[in-house]
Amino acid sequence: MRWGGLAALLVLLALPAVLSSYAVTIFILIFFYAYLGQAWNIVGGYAGQLSAGHAAFVGVGGYTAAMLSNELGLTPWVGMFAGAALAAVLGGVIGYLGFRFGLRGFYFVLLTVAFAEVGRIAASNIDALGGALGLYITFTGDPRQFQFQDNRAYYYIALALLLLATGVAWAIERRRFGAYLAAIREDEGAAEALGVDTLRYKLLAMLVSSFLTGLGGTFYAFYLFSLQPNAVFGIPMSVEIILRPIVGGAGTLLGPILGSFILTPLGELSRFYFGQSGLYGAHLIAYGLLLIGVVLFLPEGAYPRLARALARRRARP
Amino acid sequence: MAVGLTLIFGVMRVINFAHGDMMVWGMYIALLLSRRAGLDPYVGFVISAVALFALGLAVQRGLVQRIVDAPHEMQILLMLGVALVLENAALMAFGPEPERVRSPLAASTIWLGPVFVDVGRLVTFGVAVLLTLLLWLFLFRTDLGRAIRAAADNPYGALVIGTDVRRVYATAFGIGAACVGAAGALVSPLLPFQPATGLSLSITSFNIVIIGGMGSLLGAFIGGLLVSVAESLGAVFLAPSLKELVSFSLLILILLFRPAGLFGKRAP
Amino acid sequence: MSLLEARGLSKRFGGLQAVHDLSFALAEGEMLGLIGPNGAGKTTAFNLLSGFLRPDAGSVSFRGRPLVGLKPHAICRLGLARTFQLVRPFPRMTALDNVKVGALARHAHPAAAAARAAAVLERVGLAGKQGVRAAGLTLAERKRLELARALATEPTLLLLDEVMAGLNPAETETMVQLIGRIHADGVSILLIEHNMRAVMALSHRILVLSFGERIAEGPPAAIANHPKVIEAYLGEEYVGTAPA
Repeated sequence: MRWGGLAALLVLLALPAVLSSYAVTIFILIFFYAYLGQAWNIVGGYAGQLSAGHAAFVGVGGYTAAMLSNELGLTPWVGMFAGAALAAVLGGVIGYLGFRFGLRGFYFVLLTVAFAEVGRIAASNIDALGGALGLYITFTGDPRQFQFQDNRAYYYIALALLLLATGVAWAIERRRFGAYLAAIREDEGAAEALGVDTLRYKLLAMLVSSFLTGLGGTFYAFYLFSLQPNAVFGIPMSVEIILRPIVGGAGTLLGPILGSFILTPLGELSRFYFGQSGLYGAHLIAYGLLLIGVVLFLPEGAYPRLARALARRRARP
Repeated sequence: MAVGLTLIFGVMRVINFAHGDMMVWGMYIALLLSRRAGLDPYVGFVISAVALFALGLAVQRGLVQRIVDAPHEMQILLMLGVALVLENAALMAFGPEPERVRSPLAASTIWLGPVFVDVGRLVTFGVAVLLTLLLWLFLFRTDLGRAIRAAADNPYGALVIGTDVRRVYATAFGIGAACVGAAGALVSPLLPFQPATGLSLSITSFNIVIIGGMGSLLGAFIGGLLVSVAESLGAVFLAPSLKELVSFSLLILILLFRPAGLFGKRAP
Repeated sequence: MSLLEARGLSKRFGGLQAVHDLSFALAEGEMLGLIGPNGAGKTTAFNLLSGFLRPDAGSVSFRGRPLVGLKPHAICRLGLARTFQLVRPFPRMTALDNVKVGALARHAHPAAAAARAAAVLERVGLAGKQGVRAAGLTLAERKRLELARALATEPTLLLLDEVMAGLNPAETETMVQLIGRIHADGVSILLIEHNMRAVMALSHRILVLSFGERIAEGPPAAIANHPKVIEAYLGEEYVGTAPA
């Protein structure tokens, strides 16, 4: 498994040399959404706290870095950490409010959605943040301002982010933190009885997750050069984020990555195909159907199924 | 609208994220009826209700029933998927532009004591009250209604005494959807709507149900009144675009301080 | 000083007084049995002791430390562990991982915790099932798993809630011996049980609850013959079951 991973990594590193610009873009999107999915995975998959409002952190992270750059000329390389920190603060607030008051399952989901929507409405209505039209970033192509002429630079950054998030998830998995999160996901009450401070660990997971997601917001802002409140804070973004880990396997390391490799090309394809004939929203229907399908037939996600199938094949003499 | 959601949640403990989007379909059906058949929404709502009853039944039988025993997260995700499909199907079918249904009734007003009242709103209110009463009668006075309540209280017990729990669940879901379809049609002349409205309607429904108390019909009704008053006040004092902000903030507050609601019978 | 001391514990749920003015003490090394008809308030008492419920009145002290107001995880770390009446394994995790969660309370390093967990599983006789998902275990095995998990937290006092419910006679016998061994290793035990023979055989002392109140307390022989207890609960057939 390790050698396979290493080989895959080397291939990914070498790819941009041979791929067309469009293909590179697809990979950027694959990596980026896998990154966001992995960040979500920490609190949504491992800890089992379903959040349908992670877009809020993308928004906070992105807008903060963009504002700092536009208004104060602060390089996004620094601004992204400010954005991530603020996102983490929001995450902490949501987490604390939710967990301290014992909101589980459905109620917690609702809370996260509510916050994301509040963020969206706020961003749409506050003129300083660009209002409904959003924020724009002037293109300078200056690497020190996190802007690159070459698509391939973004490719490597997105890949690096993905590796970062996966690394964090891997580190968590191996330590006590990971075992405790799994216990919380399975049965919070039983976990408490075994000495697990569930509030503390859920909060911690939330902080890590929102911080990483916030970092992603900056990438988003400086890759697309614009921030639209509906796109950044809206439900479709939250759906994109959670879909990959859920389809690929929530609570597994490779789940979000596998999910992204499956979904992103599919999304692009359907957007391209349907967009041409003016059928708006078709790819979202596909997403909805996929979600339904996964819940009904593949609740653990693609990766665990795959892993079991592969293990069975290896076991056969 | 909220009554429908209460029914679905109270009976089956299934969280219906697609509620708002079902309502939007109710609205679109009314629109179609109005445009194609010249049917006034205040009559057409019956058809909306029936159509959505069928949809609700289909969704329940085909999808929800399969995962009745699954962890809650799965149910939430399922309904989220349904919501996505419904919302974007509406988008594909009707386009993103806001619509409004025209009805001669809606435009006229009458004097009611010292105030001008929209006939449209009056009719809507009247029908809503009527439907709630009918629902109450159904739940408390008919056999099927009692079966639904029994299944809500104690699914195994109900099974034991011979209730076809699956049929009961399906019916309850269907009725909930029908309520919402009717609500959509009734409200369609009053509110501009587009596919994206689904989400805010869902949130409003949840607000109402949570405030009024999950599982309580009376709670849903009272909750509905409270929330609409709050939202209207919000619209008056704040910019109209911030009206949604009021409902979300309300939701957050309620979630934090009183998740059981005013009349809540079930702990969350 | 007793290991565990409860004073005047009371808890009301709406119209029902589940536990009323309950006081008792448990000495270090003792095995105390808690019996009573269904609904007598036994599990509620457990919940009050382990921090899952907050008492309306009364106090609990463990080695002199007050427990009321502490969260369950803190109480566990102080050395008071509990099992649940309806077992709550972590279904998708293996038996080893289940017990490991308990062991992590005392051994922060996952490798050390895993080793400790394996040892505990061995002790309860589940060594061969380490890699099996909890959802795939039989009820008897799950009961032992629940016990192992609590044991892994290295408690001074173990609260066992009907660990023998649902077991056949052979499984019950195994469990009785297991509990005896655990006790012999130095863990004090507070045991809720309906299985009279087991309780009488194991306990040094027995506490009887009925409608939330203590109606009797004493060695098994005395309890078996106590008129109030017989009236409330035991029934004539159990007179004379206790070891002489």
